[in-house]
Amino acid sequence: MERQYERELRQYVIDNFLFGQGGSELKNDDSFMERGIIDSTGVLELVAFLEEKFQVKVEDEDLIPANLDSINNLLLYLKKKQPLKKSNAFIRIEGLAESA
Amino acid sequence: MCGILGVQLLNGERVDRTLLNTMIGQLHHRGPDATGFYIDGPVGFAHARLSIIDLSGGHQPMHNEDQTVWITFNGEIFNYIELRNDLIQKGHRFRTQSDTEVIIHLYEEKGEDCVQYLNGQWAFAIWDKKRDKLFMSRDRLGVRPLFYSLTAGMLLFGSEIKALLAYPGLTREIDLQALDQLFTFWVTLPPRTIFKGISELPPGHSLVSERGQVTIRSYWNIDYNSSNDSMSEQEAAATLLELLTDATKIRLRSDVPVGAYLSGGLDSTVITALIKKVSVSRLKTFSISFEDKEFDESGFQQEASSFLQTDHHTVRCSTQDIGRVFPDVIWHTEKPILRTAPAPLFLLSKLVREQGYKVVLTGEGSDEMLGGYDIFKEAKIRKFWGAFPESKIRPLLLKRLYPYLENIQAQSPAYLKAFFHVRREDQLSPFFSHLPRWELTSKLKMFFSEDVKSELKGSDVYNDLRERLPSNYSKWDGFSQAQFLETMYLLPGYILSSQGDRMAMAHSVEGRFPFLDHRVVEFASSIPPALKMKVLNEKYILKQAVGDLVPVSIKKRPKQPYRAPEIKSFIGEDTNVVRHEYVEELLSTDRIQKDGIFNPGTVQKLIEKSRKGRAIGIKDNMAFVGILSTQLIVDQFVNRPIGGRQNGTAV
Repeated sequence: MERQYERELRQYVIDNFLFGQGGSELKNDDSFMERGIIDSTGVLELVAFLEEKFQVKVEDEDLIPANLDSINNLLLYLKKKQPLKKSNAFIRIEGLAESA
Repeated sequence: MCGILGVQLLNGERVDRTLLNTMIGQLHHRGPDATGFYIDGPVGFAHARLSIIDLSGGHQPMHNEDQTVWITFNGEIFNYIELRNDLIQKGHRFRTQSDTEVIIHLYEEKGEDCVQYLNGQWAFAIWDKKRDKLFMSRDRLGVRPLFYSLTAGMLLFGSEIKALLAYPGLTREIDLQALDQLFTFWVTLPPRTIFKGISELPPGHSLVSERGQVTIRSYWNIDYNSSNDSMSEQEAAATLLELLTDATKIRLRSDVPVGAYLSGGLDSTVITALIKKVSVSRLKTFSISFEDKEFDESGFQQEASSFLQTDHHTVRCSTQDIGRVFPDVIWHTEKPILRTAPAPLFLLSKLVREQGYKVVLTGEGSDEMLGGYDIFKEAKIRKFWGAFPESKIRPLLLKRLYPYLENIQAQSPAYLKAFFHVRREDQLSPFFSHLPRWELTSKLKMFFSEDVKSELKGSDVYNDLRERLPSNYSKWDGFSQAQFLETMYLLPGYILSSQGDRMAMAHSVEGRFPFLDHRVVEFASSIPPALKMKVLNEKYILKQAVGDLVPVSIKKRPKQPYRAPEIKSFIGEDTNVVRHEYVEELLSTDRIQKDGIFNPGTVQKLIEKSRKGRAIGIKDNMAFVGILSTQLIVDQFVNRPIGGRQNGTAV
């Protein structure tokens, strides 16, 4: 599972922020900010990706570099944030449909 | 307002008139009313005229009484009436009522120093037959353009680069060092232009070609040393208003009607109010409105217009429009741009022209001279925070700075701190204020091809700039240093050219800028920074100076930078398809590969991201516009012969 997450995260960062360049040089503990990979919009793009792809809810207080600033930090963060179970996700969608 | 052109053959051969005719033809849009030529053996001048002062008598090139001094001139000398009276008293005889003739006689009287007496916006060349001397000058702040090329045995000059490139056999090649500068500072550092072998005469400089030698000299500098800390607020406000009023008054001198741009912001409202104050005639004002609410300011425009009772006209601009006119816009900017903001101004000058107007006054220059830009405020906050880096509260001021940027509003304090991090070495940098902007822009160089990257290896654009700083720069306070960088580089290289002269003149419209009257500029540089930006209240002294001449709502509104939709103009929001054929073609893998400047794979990833609607950040948008405009420059100026276009329309 972690392997797959890592692959998906790397691919996303390489496509979306590096536009396909220098992927092989990107280390898992490289800081996105120090390497200039991410800017203020980048954080928001990343959050949208995490929520969509891994079905986690990124709370406001989670928006800190310790959670989001490298592939390793992201992996740890995702591990910590148990992905919502499928049934929960389903209920959420149902709930939305009802309120709509 | 016009287009000028000239050739000097240093081998002594006679200049060919047909050649001058071909070259000046490229400047038809700058001067559709008349064309004139003057040839004296190895020196040839041409002129394309837009008649504004002395409609019947002002034809050019023009000469003095005994035809030994000739001029080709683009611009306006606003104090020509006062200068003319002085010169008549000294015994000069005038044949016309034009401002052009004033320069000729003033040159006879003062020589190259004549420029010190001029209040205006100009680019001119004088041929002094007796001395065998060619003298050229450009106004203090670079309102009017002047380019030149010094190649083996020949000096060419002209108002726009396209006229020079029309000279047969002249190299048409992108200067990669210039590209490196532009993808950092948004401008090339004069005299460098984006084309190899073509230079720009820097603002406030003169050029002399005499006995085979070309010398370039600065005749004016801005200085912040004289900042007078004891100046009271009342004194500053009163003097500023007095100078601005006179600057506006002399800029209304014209033999054709004068209108004004009214953007809904403070500066253009101030100028419109001052016009109303000094003139009784009905005033036409012009503005852009956007379909996209994010950019639209029509509410404030209507408010200002009804408060000042102007006859207001608006052009509505859609994302489709921007994409449609963009190739024409780049044909006129003659350099890559990173924002689409010039495009709506291209449409606006078209509206002005259709309304029968040739001249408009605008609020340009106020933000630079009186401290209006966000970059000044951002630097102030970063400095305040840098003094106490552990503060949790200070970085939150950054949110107050950018109320219109959702990305910033959504950031946690931890990230805000990380993004605007004030490094110790940054605080010591002469470019402290501009580092965030320039570092962000430099990221776009990741799109350069491997060849370009290796060509630029070891090049240091910051050093290019450091070498140009005046010796007293390090003695100025940070606020003044930031003002200097904006005034010397972004103002002439982007605001007055790509957004200014080139967009207005594309439709034969002349802009005039009271805030750039050199008396206003010199006085503004002596106002203490604390009065320009009081705490975080930008242009405080201007707001005090104009009092109730402008509506309170305009004075109190948060400053909104003028921006236009970017990627959305080229890739449809709903359909996510590329909207215009030229975009598809110029950004195709084949084309990018062939032109060699960018990396085809990287560009494709950016297009994919844009198509998915995910390219929402400033950086992605700047990259898209920068790449597309560079490709348009290569397509229109390098790959195709100049003259492939007629009258500004792509063939």
